[in-house]
Amino acid sequence: MLEYFFRRLLGAIPTIFIIILVSFFLIRLAPGGPFDFDKTLAPEIQANLDAKFHLDEPVYVQFGYYLKDILQGDFGPSFQYKNYTVTELIAQGFPVSVQLGLSAMALALLLGSAAGILAAYRQNSKFDYGVMTISMLGISVPNFVMAPILILIFAIVFSFLPAGGWNDGAFQNRILPIVTLALPQIAYIARISRGSMIEVLRSPFIRTAFSKGLPTFYILTRHALKPTLLPVISYMGPAIAGIITGSVVVEQIYGIPGLGRYFVQGALNRDYTLVMGVVVFYGVFIILLNLIVDLLYGWLDPQIRLQARKT
Amino acid sequence: MCEGLGLNDLMPCGKQATMTFTKSALIERLDNETKNMSPLTKQILQLISLCAYILLSSANSHAADVLAPTQVLHRGNGSEPQSLDPHKSEGVPSANIQKDLYEGLVCESPSGELVPGVASSWSVDEKNMRYLFTLRKNAKWSNGDPVTAEDFVYSWRRIVDPKTGSYYAQTLAPVLNAEDIIKGTKKVTSLGIRAIGKYQLEVRLKGPTPYFIGLLTHSSTYPVHKASVEKHGDRFARVGNLIGNGAFALKEWSIQSHILLERNPHYWDNKNTKLDKVYYYPIEDQSSELKRYRAGEIDIVEGIPISQMPWLRKNLKQELRLTPYLGIYYFGYNVTQPPFKDNKKLRQALSMVIDRKVLTEKILRTGELPAYSWVPPNVTNYQHVEYEWKAWPMSRRIKYAKELIKQAGYGKGKPLSVEIRYNTSENHKKIAIVVASMWKKHLGVKTKLHNEEWKVFLANRKTKKHTQVFRSGWIADYNDAFSFAELLHSNHGVNDSGYSNPEYDALLAQSAKEADVDKRRKLLQQAEKILLNDYPVIPIYYYMSKHLVKPYVGGYKDNAMDHHYSKHLYIKAH
Repeated sequence: MLEYFFRRLLGAIPTIFIIILVSFFLIRLAPGGPFDFDKTLAPEIQANLDAKFHLDEPVYVQFGYYLKDILQGDFGPSFQYKNYTVTELIAQGFPVSVQLGLSAMALALLLGSAAGILAAYRQNSKFDYGVMTISMLGISVPNFVMAPILILIFAIVFSFLPAGGWNDGAFQNRILPIVTLALPQIAYIARISRGSMIEVLRSPFIRTAFSKGLPTFYILTRHALKPTLLPVISYMGPAIAGIITGSVVVEQIYGIPGLGRYFVQGALNRDYTLVMGVVVFYGVFIILLNLIVDLLYGWLDPQIRLQARKT
Repeated sequence: MCEGLGLNDLMPCGKQATMTFTKSALIERLDNETKNMSPLTKQILQLISLCAYILLSSANSHAADVLAPTQVLHRGNGSEPQSLDPHKSEGVPSANIQKDLYEGLVCESPSGELVPGVASSWSVDEKNMRYLFTLRKNAKWSNGDPVTAEDFVYSWRRIVDPKTGSYYAQTLAPVLNAEDIIKGTKKVTSLGIRAIGKYQLEVRLKGPTPYFIGLLTHSSTYPVHKASVEKHGDRFARVGNLIGNGAFALKEWSIQSHILLERNPHYWDNKNTKLDKVYYYPIEDQSSELKRYRAGEIDIVEGIPISQMPWLRKNLKQELRLTPYLGIYYFGYNVTQPPFKDNKKLRQALSMVIDRKVLTEKILRTGELPAYSWVPPNVTNYQHVEYEWKAWPMSRRIKYAKELIKQAGYGKGKPLSVEIRYNTSENHKKIAIVVASMWKKHLGVKTKLHNEEWKVFLANRKTKKHTQVFRSGWIADYNDAFSFAELLHSNHGVNDSGYSNPEYDALLAQSAKEADVDKRRKLLQQAEKILLNDYPVIPIYYYMSKHLVKPYVGGYKDNAMDHHYSKHLYIKAH
């Protein structure tokens, strides 16, 4: 297991290098630079700024500098937010994104799988149709529509939740963003777990359990739950990565200081170091998440564990 | 003795604060409480109460406003400020906060008049080229150090030093040798600024600059605390390191969430500061900002989503602040490339048929004024020049323009095709579509609309290779006609039209040397006339500043520069 883990980690190095390489050149290909404004800077000042960030040297030399810094764990100073280094910005933004993303995912997993499993157990009942209809709505209403509606209802009409802001992570400031992020995920997970549960309930080992006369609750939780969650888990890996890295819209609408906003603002401002830092960080993060999902899979599915041992 | 009595000192707790301090109320109260006293004592007490009333009203220009017990203001502030170092930032969000954290030689009143800042007074020689500032002896940094003339010498040298890499070094261009220092051809120490003792500052200019005092309200001229800058370098403008000399000090900076400022007890005019805390929130999304305002989380909104205007006019009319702003929205022609190169008639025709009234009243609907000049109205010491065809009815303008475009070599047989390029935004798109339809309808011009992301757009506009007609806008850095006139000087960095007229440049140079305000105005008007007549740009409308301000925010006044210092503001009891 440990050997497998390290082998996978080593295999990630070329992937990360390619991510760095491609994004480094891509962002520099975009027209306009970090110091382009309405006003034109005096040539001497421009030259000094360029020299400070090595922008006056050929791109491959710049790339060399960047690789050297990054190997030492230094993402460099931000071009835009001059008082901060990129590492500091990531260290501020990432925990916020992770807290929101994981809370939303946990909520979605809990509600989604419970709704899905019950719907499967009572297949074709009113409950089943209700859950499936609502989940269809949850999937099809995008979060930039859902968020303003939630704000309007809970912050403006009834005014018992804040309309936005982070307020150093106060509980009431988290509720709406988490719910907004969780809603489509609840819907997806409900649909996935329902489908999976229906399949599992029809398999021979469950029928055996029923014929043995075991209580339904016991069968559902002890025998059916694990195989039912397999497709859910494989969905969760990319979904967690997606929800943490892709919550830009929700962060923007609620004014949350997460990493997604740095990404977008950084790209718009041509803040090369910030964009690069976030890309590399995300890259490593997604690779790690995928690895964790694969390990979890092994724990949930004995067949995979066996194959992994054989190879 | 009584000078120190601010309104806050008299009303320390909530209950007292809700009392209204009017003359009659005070005397009436005293009358009730002094029934058993001798007439003399009564008279003395009445006299005292009258004094107290006078003092109270002088301490606060709005004696009728009763202050709320907690003085905390929440301001929306557009995007995250780049830096709180006044020499290393660009943009309105940074400048807004810096106005509270620092103070320059000159400050502004709530309605925008120039008032003494760190300098309590100043004088200028008869040539208008040598200023002598006398600094307040009680001006202090937020750590208690005195603010001295040497601080300004250090700070101004810092901003023009190319090594600093300041975006706004050009602000000090009127100061002697500043431009050569920025170019790197002269030493930083040659800058025309000198400390005479601790509290006198001499500034020499390269020419008489009537707007020089106004320039000193710009955040790039603010002083920085030498010891902290030298100690902390790039990290000086952070919580714990930043030492300012403004009415407020930096308390918290949570990036992309908020910046919290707190009253600076060392500020020389601290007794008149009413707010104890000011929160700034970076909110790029204007509709989110509006929602937070409606939910009562924000007291002043920095920008308004135009699409919400009809609703706002109907429901929040009293809180809506729309004020003419010293700025112009325009289209530029690229006069270095065909079809607009050497074709003035064509440029004139396209400009004439744009019905600006339709654009401002039917499309924008936010009170903007149609523009027929290059310099906006309300600029100090100036009366702008307008196109004479402004007064013509549209039909006459169209007829005239049709004739012009024919002479320019375009017509039914050879229709003109042009491109309007703009940076991606719903409003720019709307304007461009309507302009294109006016050109098509009246002159048969085929127009292609081309939108680009901001930085791409800027790069293309500057290179002048791909543009034909491009959108642009300018907000004055200082209240003077020159702030606009200089933009179209042959060598100016914002002259993306590539316009170059030696006569125009000469007039600007002459105006910079002219000490007489009237003569200078005439020179600038003459220049504006030449410029308008050459048609390198299409003025479209003059900007408006748009805010929402809660009715309980006191001390807020609309002004043409849209500067609102937190030290003037307070929260009324509500």
